[in-house]
Amino acid sequence: MTLSRVLDARRVDLVRVMEMVTPGSRVLDVGCGDGELLRLLAEERRVDGRGIELSQQGVNDCVAKGLSVVQGDADSDLADYPDAAFDFVILSQTLQATRQPRVVLENLLRIGRRAIVSVPNFGHWRVRVQLALRGRMPVTEQLRYSWYDTPNIHFCTIDDFISLAREIGAVIESSVALDQSGVPLSPTWPKWTWNLVGEQAIFLLHRKGLARAHASRPQLRSSALG
Amino acid sequence: MDDLVPPTSGAALQSLYPDSLTYRVEEPVALGMDSGASLAPMTIAYQTYGALNAERSNALLVCHALTGDQHVANLHPVTGRPGWWETMVGPGRPFDTDRFFVICPNVLGGCMGSTGPASLNPETGEPYGLGFPVVTIADMVRAQALLIDHLGIDTLFCVAGGSMGGMQVLQWAAAYPDRVFAALPIATAARHSSQNIAFGEVGRQAVMADPDWRGGRYLVEGTRPSKGLAVARMAAHITYLSESALHRRFGRNLQDRAARTFSFDADFQIESYLRHQGRIFVDRFDPNSYLYLTRAMDYFDLAAEFGGSLANAFQNSPTRFCVVSFTSDWLFPTSDSRAIVRALNAGAASVSFVEIETDKGHDAFLLDVPELLETTKGFIDSAARARGIA
Repeated sequence: MTLSRVLDARRVDLVRVMEMVTPGSRVLDVGCGDGELLRLLAEERRVDGRGIELSQQGVNDCVAKGLSVVQGDADSDLADYPDAAFDFVILSQTLQATRQPRVVLENLLRIGRRAIVSVPNFGHWRVRVQLALRGRMPVTEQLRYSWYDTPNIHFCTIDDFISLAREIGAVIESSVALDQSGVPLSPTWPKWTWNLVGEQAIFLLHRKGLARAHASRPQLRSSALG
Repeated sequence: MDDLVPPTSGAALQSLYPDSLTYRVEEPVALGMDSGASLAPMTIAYQTYGALNAERSNALLVCHALTGDQHVANLHPVTGRPGWWETMVGPGRPFDTDRFFVICPNVLGGCMGSTGPASLNPETGEPYGLGFPVVTIADMVRAQALLIDHLGIDTLFCVAGGSMGGMQVLQWAAAYPDRVFAALPIATAARHSSQNIAFGEVGRQAVMADPDWRGGRYLVEGTRPSKGLAVARMAAHITYLSESALHRRFGRNLQDRAARTFSFDADFQIESYLRHQGRIFVDRFDPNSYLYLTRAMDYFDLAAEFGGSLANAFQNSPTRFCVVSFTSDWLFPTSDSRAIVRALNAGAASVSFVEIETDKGHDAFLLDVPELLETTKGFIDSAARARGIA
């Protein structure tokens, strides 16, 4: 079954992302890779999905699956999309690799009525320990690159992301932090614990003042932050 | 570049007696053209490969480029060479002739049997020459739509083509959105750039500067502006390649000689190659056709037909698109393709886009470029699944 395949693939966040998407909606997946999430969304949520992917191989894989995917990247190509063209715009584990995360996030909120953004948490205790005690740039299972070859040029913590979202006038409708095995942390825990033990967090946001779409509220695991 | 070609060119013969199927439109059905002219009778010469299925859902229309023709996957009747897109069309190829009914018509204004300037004007009994009305890409597509009607096909499974063929693909999708299930425009643009109009003009001036052109009446006067057309072809050929591909293939190598001759002989291999390209072209192409077809490309500006907005041309299009460009194509650069993709996205159409890394220049769409064939096969196969084609 597709769900378990995604779970196996160290991308446990994709299932949580999928749960936030309203069935039958229009979705843009930015940095869609080989199109697994788009396919999952098409099968499980019957969405009308589109993608943007940097690598030619990724685009070819997507095209072969019958997905509509454009070769490009979040920094250069989001500006080409009209306002409110999608119900959901998804940016999964990519914000930290963009040149201008703030501009990218603003574009996501402009193009989509809602944006779903997942970010690796640089505030995780293991990251803090490596930096604080060893004095070395952290290399963890989630963040496996060395400082000199990492595509991740703009790291943030969960708290940093929340603060950026506030700064650009985004409303966080819901959020969930996942531990190392992809299990959601309890929404009843104090927020600072998320920033300490959350491996990554997923946010559902919309632009302040933007009328809520008539689409029904997605089913959420938790809604503690923001 | 001595005139080695016979007084009657292969093109002149093919324009009157094509080695192809033909569909002839008689009065009172006439083709209304953008120029205001109407054309009747009109003939469309075409080739087909594979078989139309019972549901009539597997027809794939291939649109050819400026100097292409309908002989997409068979030996060429004039040159004897293989078809121009045999990498793409045939059994097991991306346009699999075991699954799809592939149709390739010669464009209106062409010289391989479809009505064009070398055809006889019924009013005078002589070749049209410059009396032929100026043709546009939209006119070509209107004529093709008549052919598709004639073949009993309501919706084409796919319309595909590169360069000028890609312009026809875009025109098809914009003019007949409900008749195009999938569209594959390759190495093309929604409008001809100023630079490309400039190249077109150089080619036309070369043809018209040949004293044997005779104001376009060479067929009547028994002359042939071969030198002018060959120069036009030589200049255009450079634009189809890339600097690095030229350098890799020819460098500064000398042709069959050890040293420079201090003359204007073809000392360099690249000179010899271009002269050869010019020479073989003139036997299979009508000089006036070259003028008309380059003009058609110059006039192409799809947005202009839709109130200046390309997005309007594709608003809520039901067609699924796959746009392809090549990194080293400077004639139809990736920015042209991106403009198409942008418009399709703005129009909420379904679009994929790939820029393929190659140094083969504009001609890459005709060549054995594995990434192109792979992308095309993926797109066509998934579209066929969606269309329910076995």
